[in-house]
Amino acid sequence: MGGATVFPMTRNDNNPDGGRNAVTVRGLVKHYGETRALDGVDLDVREGTVMGVLGPNGAGKTTLVRILSTLLAPDSGHATVAGYDVVRQPRQLRRVIGLTGQYASVDEKLPGWENLYMIGRLLDLSRKDARARADELLERFSLTDAARRPASTYSGGMRRRLDLAASMIGRPTVLFLDEPTTGLDPRTRNEVWDEVQAMVGDGVTVLLTTQYMEEAEQLASELTVVDRGKVIAGGRIEELKAKVGGRTLRVRPADARELSPLAGMLDELGITGLASTTVDAETGSLLVPVLSDEQLTAVVGAVTARGITIASITTELPSLDEVFLSLTGHRASAPQEARPAESREEVAV
Amino acid sequence: MSAATATVPTAGVKADARIPLRGHLRHTGALIRRNLLWIRQDPESMFDALLMPVVFTLLFVYVFGGSIGLALGGGQDRYVQYVIPGMIAMMSMTLSQGVGTGFSQDFNSGVMDRFRSLPIGRGSVLFAKIAVELARMLFATAVLMVVAVLVGFHISHWGGLLATVALSAAFASSIMWVFLTLGVVLKNAQSVQAMGFLVLFPLQFGSSIFAPTKSMPGWLQSFTDYNPLSTLADSARGLMVGGPVAHDLWVTLAWSAAITAVMAPVAIHKFRTKS
Repeated sequence: MGGATVFPMTRNDNNPDGGRNAVTVRGLVKHYGETRALDGVDLDVREGTVMGVLGPNGAGKTTLVRILSTLLAPDSGHATVAGYDVVRQPRQLRRVIGLTGQYASVDEKLPGWENLYMIGRLLDLSRKDARARADELLERFSLTDAARRPASTYSGGMRRRLDLAASMIGRPTVLFLDEPTTGLDPRTRNEVWDEVQAMVGDGVTVLLTTQYMEEAEQLASELTVVDRGKVIAGGRIEELKAKVGGRTLRVRPADARELSPLAGMLDELGITGLASTTVDAETGSLLVPVLSDEQLTAVVGAVTARGITIASITTELPSLDEVFLSLTGHRASAPQEARPAESREEVAV
Repeated sequence: MSAATATVPTAGVKADARIPLRGHLRHTGALIRRNLLWIRQDPESMFDALLMPVVFTLLFVYVFGGSIGLALGGGQDRYVQYVIPGMIAMMSMTLSQGVGTGFSQDFNSGVMDRFRSLPIGRGSVLFAKIAVELARMLFATAVLMVVAVLVGFHISHWGGLLATVALSAAFASSIMWVFLTLGVVLKNAQSVQAMGFLVLFPLQFGSSIFAPTKSMPGWLQSFTDYNPLSTLADSARGLMVGGPVAHDLWVTLAWSAAITAVMAPVAIHKFRTKS
């Protein structure tokens, strides 16, 4: 992993709204034989926030979620969820968490309603309350019409919605979502995102693992990047991007014919340390990587001085994929490439 | 979300909460309901319980009945009286297998992780499985008794039938702990079935279930005499048809208690620590 920088996790210090941790992890280690699935992980998730845990396959994300949801005992280290110790107070802890993921799933042979009713009873709701809660959640996740059909007849998106509903039965304070949209098509994925965002609106703390930069960006306010069992970076998404890479200035002249002369001018200007510019013909804009505010000021000044009409001028942060590349020295994951980014417009619908 | 906001404790680490008995019963009940719904969803899963007593009774009575009955000093009628109580013993063993196979499917599908992330006792999942398998066995026993009467079986003691059912249920539940353990330890349903087959066959045929052991070689007899399936079959004969009961009954109960005492903690431990 080369010269990856390890960022200290000191989020609470400069956080204006303060707040307690819903999840605290210190020095968590888990081996599988020779493999160190978790190699001393520290993590803090504040109440009411969404923490994205981002990393490629095999980074240790699922192991982390399994330990935090008491499915797996850590070899060493310490973790609390909603104040309960994962090793010493598993039953109390299980009462306040919800889990949806690659592994924890619903019973496919049972109808949706029966799945939810069963989980309600297992969470000690009375028969009446369990029935009411099942009805309520099926309604909320738009599954009322399919309530009596076996879950095996559900589409992928319906299955995930039922998974989410199942994890919400006990009104959890902390929700673990382990790769909630892996294997879903873009439209269904957006549905799941909407549901997750609605849950966050209810005040649930969410710890979300994902291989997809886009998903982390969409749902999480803070991010922990893990690779090979180690936390390699953490912080607010914007901060993380700013720390890792420089910004890119995007200048779009009103007249596309101005592009080439503008590029030539900037390259010849000789601003200290300025990398060469690229022309993005598709959008009719010029991309200028800038490393400092001084460079930014100089470039904007030069462009303005030329006296051409500028249609738009924006700065862009690097994508999370680029962030990952610069942190670990390798691309995030193959699946990321296998699933090309879909258009933003679709996300917003 | 009012219930959710008040539950974050700040106190130090306390002992983990205990689940009251009513809680255990509630959880086990919810899981029994689940397993019964499986049967409703997939009625074919009851075929074995329905067909096994029919097929085996007809096979043994009409294929072996004449010659073994002759050796018993009678005819086919004599063999019916001999083999039907043995069938109850056989089914208590064979149908117990189902508990292990369904169980490993649960693990592979991820449903088990959902259960294990819920605040329920680890035993609940296992107890529910056993309860449902015992219900299946009761059904199979009812089918067997109908077939038995049709092929001419005569029950001398109806109370003995009830006692037989209770005894075979006790023995079957002890065997189920073994198959539950296999279900947790082995990787897939097929290996549970294959392992089960290897254990079942020698136990069933090396017993007094289908034929008296007198004509077997000495070394085999010393095995069959201590085989709990022999003592269960012989108890059933004594209880339903008549004859000495006490010794076989106690040996069977001792086997059931011993197997449960060893295997139930093993199964629960393996289940708890499986990752």
